[in-house]
Amino acid sequence: MEQHNKDQVLSENNNNKCQDPNPRFTFEGCNVLLDVNDGDRLVFARLSGGSTLKIGNTKYSLKPLIGAPFGSLFQVETGEDVSFLSRILPVKKEESISNNVIEDSRDNRELIDNNEAQNLTEEEIETMRREGAKGDEIIEALIANSKTFDKKFQLSQEKYKLKKQKKYAPKVLLRRPFARSICEAYFKKYPARIGFLRVDALSLLLTMANVTAYSDVLVVDMVGGLVTGAVAERLGGTGYVCNTFKGNSPPSVDMVKMFNFTDKVIERIVQSSINDLSSAKTVLSPEGGVCNAEININESSTCDIVEDVSVTAEARVVDDVVPVSKVIKAPKAGAKASKEAVEMWKENGFSSLIMAAQDQDPWSLAKDVLPLLSYSAPFAIYHQYLQPLATCMHNLQQEKMAINLQITEPWLREYQVLTSRTHPHMQMSSFGGYVLSGTRISTT
Amino acid sequence: MLPTDSNKALSFKRGIQDGDLVIVYERHDVMKPVKVTKDGVLQNRFGFYKHSDWIGKPLGTKVFSNKGKFVYLLAPTPELWTLVLSHRTQILYIADISFVVMYLEVVPGCVVLESGTGSGSLSTSLARAVAPTGHVYSFDYHEQRAACAREDFEMTGISSLVTVEVRDIQGQGFPEKLSGLADSVFLDLPQPWLAVPSAAKMLKEDGVLCSFSPCIEQVQRTCEVLRSDFIEIRTFEVLLRTYEVKEMKVETVAVIGESQDEEDNGGPRPSKRKHLSNNGDYAVSHDNSSNATSVVMARPCSEARGHTGYLTFARLQCLS
Ligand SMILES: C[S@@+](CC[C@H](N)C(=O)[O-])C[C@H]1O[C@@H](n2cnc3c(N)ncnc32)[C@H](O)[C@@H]1O
Repeated sequence: MEQHNKDQVLSENNNNKCQDPNPRFTFEGCNVLLDVNDGDRLVFARLSGGSTLKIGNTKYSLKPLIGAPFGSLFQVETGEDVSFLSRILPVKKEESISNNVIEDSRDNRELIDNNEAQNLTEEEIETMRREGAKGDEIIEALIANSKTFDKKFQLSQEKYKLKKQKKYAPKVLLRRPFARSICEAYFKKYPARIGFLRVDALSLLLTMANVTAYSDVLVVDMVGGLVTGAVAERLGGTGYVCNTFKGNSPPSVDMVKMFNFTDKVIERIVQSSINDLSSAKTVLSPEGGVCNAEININESSTCDIVEDVSVTAEARVVDDVVPVSKVIKAPKAGAKASKEAVEMWKENGFSSLIMAAQDQDPWSLAKDVLPLLSYSAPFAIYHQYLQPLATCMHNLQQEKMAINLQITEPWLREYQVLTSRTHPHMQMSSFGGYVLSGTRISTT
Repeated sequence: MLPTDSNKALSFKRGIQDGDLVIVYERHDVMKPVKVTKDGVLQNRFGFYKHSDWIGKPLGTKVFSNKGKFVYLLAPTPELWTLVLSHRTQILYIADISFVVMYLEVVPGCVVLESGTGSGSLSTSLARAVAPTGHVYSFDYHEQRAACAREDFEMTGISSLVTVEVRDIQGQGFPEKLSGLADSVFLDLPQPWLAVPSAAKMLKEDGVLCSFSPCIEQVQRTCEVLRSDFIEIRTFEVLLRTYEVKEMKVETVAVIGESQDEEDNGGPRPSKRKHLSNNGDYAVSHDNSSNATSVVMARPCSEARGHTGYLTFARLQCLS
């Protein structure tokens, strides 16, 4: 145990941070997830000297974020002539804000809903800014000049402060992108691109397919690379995740780029057509080599932007330093699987399977792909429609290809937890997809 | 159970060996863990099975009893283990387990602390997630439960990844020697709020904590304590709805010629789906004797777990 602890500490001080599989600090070229104003907007970005984040009408350089620990918080600060992002340390809250809310006897009968409650004009605020007032100072001024602030409930007062803070002193939380956050961000903004695969459904796929180090996981990923990336994250540079497909061109796994994968992990992400994996002998296509046919990773899009719809201010990440020529000789995710690997899988079978193929009939894929698994290998098939999964399950039963078959639909509800005000969120996602799981068996 | 030992990895060629742990599968709701021994015999309502007949066969195959009835022998996985382990306490099931592992951002190499160990259901999945280089430190104040859990981890072959210690976590907190080393902490305790300050000390900055509690009052108190050191405090409830799938004869007067086409090419194109919904379904087969057709249909099972617990997650604030 002691020894183990020391190793942990050592790996923290590892200077080659880019190749640290679990980095706690950002580095140049690192992918990050920026959480603007407490989840109002999520933006993926690659940190480089020239990359910027646009909040409101202003572009802020992301340079101050390089080398900062994941989890650190930045706030817009107004300097001499430019405003910039600057690291802030959160103030420790002495006691929770809402402890004495119950005794609050104020109500809103005297509040009039118009815009005349604020004495400060936009111009006056602008002047304050130009004169270098900090965001927090502006907020204080706004409160002092609000006719209604004192009359508001304590809760509404908090809300008022927060609203003003978001506008005049926006905060940016620096987060490490994980399968969890990538899935959530996409589900929020572009659910159709990932086949409405909600994070709880994704988590089920990974467990039901027993994804773990040293396993060889076969995937059919038609959700942009989300499943491939999530599997690779759990393999940690061991085993393989092999993306298989019908026909000749593998689907894009672009989303893999949003994870901060080390070369070691990237090398374990390969692809091979169903034909190549099924044929009795390995006939590799002409180029035959180990690592050349890369999956259509679009070089021009170094950052993907996921923004919340409900944002008050427009924002967007611009990365101006993306010379394609500068591409270093790093391994690419989705290289063609080597001949040796394909041979190995033919001999031993894959250890599990995950399918997430939008707009494909699961049965017509499963009947070709399932035989590539070892006996006793678990599998999980995702689909956003129930009926094709039911048919698939029925056919697997009829053909005696699998046992332990089950179709499940995950259900996820979030709660607001506050003193005397705990209840489920008013809005919830009512659909995150269906999962058919089972275990492959030997038919003999 | 985990393929970290390449001898133990699944393969078409690897046969069952003396000493292997297998899951004997009768039905999806009748399974049993069995340690294979040369002279072992398994007895169930179908007769008896000699282990010696199993040795050398690949996993995932049928084996027969003296009366010619068969069962399947499966490789153990954390999911199967959760279904067959002996319950010494309430345990976490697959929906909560999956969500916890994902939300705690547990990846290979992570150090995870857990209390209480209970029956080791969650610990087994945590071990799978931190393998091959990470570690799970699990604590329970109940001496006998800790001992049983250790035996189980030995049997499932994950004992190199999980250390079980006897300790009152609510009273004493986690051991000082693990301070600042944990990537994530999981609490399944009756009064989790008592353990939160210690959990905060154990976590690396930006590390994630999860507390599982059946009652909302527990959640309430835990959240109050969390607010001083943690951010992104979020509480969830996760459930699974399972579906029953049946092929049934249904009376129909609809034209079914089109559905047959669909069957031939293996499924519908999305554009046709609406069109076909008149027939209820596209997986239709003829029954020549009448105007009844066989249709595969799905509906939710009538009974389901309605509540397990609330999962509260929080991220340790970054102060340095
Ligand atoms: C519900 S069980 C945990 C089940 C476990 N999560 C699983 O999936 O198998 C709760 C456990 O917490 C232990 N426990 C209760 N109070 C404790 C304390 N103060 N310190 C350590 N363990 C405690 C109990 O002995 C019990 O085994």
